[in-house]
Amino acid sequence: MSENSLAIRKFSDLANPTRFLALADRILPWLAALAALFFAAGLWLSFTTEGDYQQGETVRIMYVHVPSAWLSMMCYTVMAISALGTLVWRHPLADVSAKSAAPIGASFTFLALVTGSFWGKPMWGTWWVWDARLTSVFVLFLMYLGLIALNRAMEDPARSARVSAVLILVGFVNIPIIKFSVEWWNTLHQPASVMRLDGPTIDPEFLRPLLVMAVAFTLLFFTLHIAAMRNEIWRRRVTSLRRQAARHAGRETLAP
Amino acid sequence: MIALFFRDLKLSVRAGGGAMIGVLFFMTVVAVIPFGVGPDLNLLARIGPAILWIGALLASLLGLDRLFQAEREDGSLDLLLMQETPLVLTVFVKCAAHWAATGLPLVVASPFLGLFMNMNELAIGATMLTLLAGAPAITFIGAVGAAVAVALPRGGLLVSILVLPLAIPVLIFGVSATYAAVEDPAPFLPPFMILLAITLFFAVIGPVAAAAALKHSAD
Repeated sequence: MSENSLAIRKFSDLANPTRFLALADRILPWLAALAALFFAAGLWLSFTTEGDYQQGETVRIMYVHVPSAWLSMMCYTVMAISALGTLVWRHPLADVSAKSAAPIGASFTFLALVTGSFWGKPMWGTWWVWDARLTSVFVLFLMYLGLIALNRAMEDPARSARVSAVLILVGFVNIPIIKFSVEWWNTLHQPASVMRLDGPTIDPEFLRPLLVMAVAFTLLFFTLHIAAMRNEIWRRRVTSLRRQAARHAGRETLAP
Repeated sequence: MIALFFRDLKLSVRAGGGAMIGVLFFMTVVAVIPFGVGPDLNLLARIGPAILWIGALLASLLGLDRLFQAEREDGSLDLLLMQETPLVLTVFVKCAAHWAATGLPLVVASPFLGLFMNMNELAIGATMLTLLAGAPAITFIGAVGAAVAVALPRGGLLVSILVLPLAIPVLIFGVSATYAAVEDPAPFLPPFMILLAITLFFAVIGPVAAAAALKHSAD
């Protein structure tokens, strides 16, 4: 294959895994460097800005907690879009994307739950409350684990991709529930204060590091996601190569 | 379709179907609780509705993996897939039959178990009503899990893991509606209406998703 044919003109050109690998190789270092840069800036900002007058230093937990919670929902959305891609367009990379996003999403959800727990202990006086936001995020975590288990349980990647795509789309009903749980029910968790129609109600002192950290987390997610997709493609190639080798090995011994 | 409904119903009620196993499991789970929390009648009366709901949820999960598995084993699943009637309708009818065979006995058994739990008449009636409204939702959600796991050799446990998180809203609103009926200040209707809404919502989403999963796992 010549270098020229690896150029990507349309989105459907990405269906060729070799093209995707070439693209991934080119943008991964840049993405990783950008993520590291934003993380450095975000961490510096989050440790140098003032603490809250009431919460003191614990407010800095927010700079990890809130972005990872956002990312846990965004990751599920990415998976749902990939599931649509699997079922509607039969895009060959969509199932790779959905499969490799699940463990990353589970990690971010876990991070959000754990940091929220650390933050809840000094502020609310308890590690865990069964209120609507916490419960729905916990349900999201369980769904991630269930999807990973389902992917592990099936041998054939093409088939497991299609059935787990159905399940991902059904589970997507949870995402609006998480988003609006703090408005529909009277919860201990505070309502949304950044993504509001009438502008953020949070002080700019906290908003700046929060946004930088959110960008950093998003870049980290895409870096990890593309790297995981690349690994998954490689893993499938290795599997098929091994199968081929096994087949040839059998042929050689059979035919003297 | 009506023939399919009665065929499924007969298959699950007669020997080897396992419909009665669900009720038996329900009774066992509820009977085990007093040993765990102690035979304090006031405490049992307070947590009774919640225990009945959890027991019913677990019992209805028990039979779910058989929803499409038996059809797959004897090959009639392929016939159902090739039929001219839309697969969504077939799945819906199968869910209805499954609910009539396993969900309805649970609803019938719940008042007697409520007496064990020292619940008053109002709480028993409310639990029965909410179970009647909420059990179909569990079946419809479970159909998705059963359809996803139909191709797996050991899908039974996986079905429960996949289905339980989605069934949590049903449990929350079922239990809160029951408690609202017993305790005065909270109104009964809003949570009950939401429970009905969840049931109707999953009555649409469940068969569609299960049909899609069945189609994809067949080829």
